[in-house]
Amino acid sequence: MLEQFAALAQGFAVAASPENFLLMLVGILLGVVIGVLPGLGGANGIAILLPLTFSMNPTSAIIMLSCIYWGALFGGAITSILFNIPGEPWSVATTFDGYPLAQQGKAGTALTAAFTASFVGALLAVLLITFMAPLVATFALRFGPPEFFSVYLLTFCAFIGMNRGAALKTVASMMIGFGLAAVGLDTVTGRLRLTFGFTEMLKGFDFLIAVIGLFGIGEILLTMEEGLSFRGSKARLSLRVVLETWRELPRYWLSSLRSAAVGCLMGIVPGGATPASFMAYGVAKRFSPDSDRFGRGQVEGVVAPETAAHAAGTTALLPMMALGVPGSPTAAVLLGGLLIWGLQPGPLLFVEQKDFVWGLIASMYLGNLTGLLVVLSGVPLFAAILRVPFAIIAPVILIICAVGAYTVHNSVFDIYLMFGFGIVGYVFKKLNYPLAPLVLALVLGDRAEDSFRQSMLLSQGNLGIFFDSGIAAVLTTLAIVLLVWPLVSTLLPRARRAAAQ
Amino acid sequence: MTTPEEDHRSAVSYWTMEVVVAIVLLLLGALVMFDAARIGARWSDDGPQAGYFPFYVGLILCAVSIVTLVGSLRRTVLQGHSFVSTGQLQLIMKLLLPFAVYIAVLKLLGIYVASAIFIAYFMLRLGDFPRWLTAIVPAGTVVVLFLLFERWFKVPLPKGPLESLLGLG
Repeated sequence: MLEQFAALAQGFAVAASPENFLLMLVGILLGVVIGVLPGLGGANGIAILLPLTFSMNPTSAIIMLSCIYWGALFGGAITSILFNIPGEPWSVATTFDGYPLAQQGKAGTALTAAFTASFVGALLAVLLITFMAPLVATFALRFGPPEFFSVYLLTFCAFIGMNRGAALKTVASMMIGFGLAAVGLDTVTGRLRLTFGFTEMLKGFDFLIAVIGLFGIGEILLTMEEGLSFRGSKARLSLRVVLETWRELPRYWLSSLRSAAVGCLMGIVPGGATPASFMAYGVAKRFSPDSDRFGRGQVEGVVAPETAAHAAGTTALLPMMALGVPGSPTAAVLLGGLLIWGLQPGPLLFVEQKDFVWGLIASMYLGNLTGLLVVLSGVPLFAAILRVPFAIIAPVILIICAVGAYTVHNSVFDIYLMFGFGIVGYVFKKLNYPLAPLVLALVLGDRAEDSFRQSMLLSQGNLGIFFDSGIAAVLTTLAIVLLVWPLVSTLLPRARRAAAQ
Repeated sequence: MTTPEEDHRSAVSYWTMEVVVAIVLLLLGALVMFDAARIGARWSDDGPQAGYFPFYVGLILCAVSIVTLVGSLRRTVLQGHSFVSTGQLQLIMKLLLPFAVYIAVLKLLGIYVASAIFIAYFMLRLGDFPRWLTAIVPAGTVVVLFLLFERWFKVPLPKGPLESLLGLG
């Protein structure tokens, strides 16, 4: 325990250095702007900026990029409440009560509640990370290829299990990701796969390009389709409103705690933030004494999803660092960053890169506090961004996406790819094919395959190896349960009904 | 006359898109399986061959696409649902076509010149801006872009004839 505090103190020293603090501020500001702008979100915003950090010190780079993430999480709430446009999928639940509040002229209250709730959610999640990270790391030291494969399996099965409405499309989307990940040189045998003789395909598909296209271009096409009119409420935040709201907020402490717990749990289990926000909203509604007023402008209805989303978004970084398994597309992009900076995510990261890990954790505390202050003071400014005419914003965002795609490998071909991914993103989004599994499969595909093949080499082709060790057995079983759960839960009531007749 | 936004006629039905995408994914899965089989998708003495993993990925993709396809074919109600209306499609094309032209010429003109033209085009076409603004915004954006990438981050972006004329390339 004492050791952790020493490490954290050291981390604060790293994170609070003037240079890193400046980067933190830049990151938060950029993040909020990214969160507010249509077509730029946490995942693709970070993907675009990632190449610019290649030459930076990894600790400074991760501090800036993770702060962009926090900023984007805060920014998403601004558009949800003022414009009824969820900036990120996990802000959807915030619009249910946030927008009605804004229409009643209580935008200030809703924004203050959302920001404060986000901060509380993140804070509780960081506390959890601070104490859990070393434990997870020691635990993860016992991981071999079979255990790693079980974790990947769990990640993918969790995704399928969580998207109960569209399990088939989730699988399809995931398989496309795996397929794309397999393109190029096979690392084990050195054979070319799925390149069909095109030299451009040799190096495979970079997931950063996919993220920029799918989330960036796809999103802006969807925005364009809506007719580009942002009809928003006036944004003003006076100190009086902030203080009044803060006086009111402690009333919802139980709801906050519940939401944070939901968020933390769902963040560690991959696929979390979006279901977490909906779940927290549902739970808050069920337990609230005035549940019938939910959806018509209830402050608690803003607090619950925001707390959960921020908690989930934050805890998603824990499995990313400790196991190399990202819980969200944004965490996946950060994972990509780690690999590019030459850091191997996994338990050893906690031993060999103490400054990096604890600097990041310390920056989560500082970054979220800074973020809260920045958004509370800057709302009118950020809301004004959406009043810039779309005829200027749209081409600028498209140019930023193109430049971002180019800088990943200094290749113009990647811009063409991004364009293709953009159209796929638009069509998939409209047909309800989830995009997150595609990105995660693309990121993890090679690693999952490698760990699978290494396990098979170890066991000489016996699949039983995934049940040999305790950890692997638990993880694999859990994965299978999650996978078949949607099937069982749809078939069981039917069977019961049939039996009753 | 109706403005594009008011044109709510369906350009493509949801059903058609659902079916087309399922067929495309089915073909994609088949393609993956075919290529995987070519490089060997069996189990050799030293573990799975290079095509083993992709083969099953392709197989699963084919399987779920067939189920989606059959499911959609039966849900003909979706024929009445619009995937995208004519007006929406026109709006999207207003954005997508210039963007396609932009990325097609950016290698030739360099990213800076192409970007300036791209923004100026949008401002002229979609907005109602004063002349001076239409000149300043694109130029300003490109200068900022240039300073940011070439000077600050030292990441060179594709340049064209204008830059070499100015001695910046």
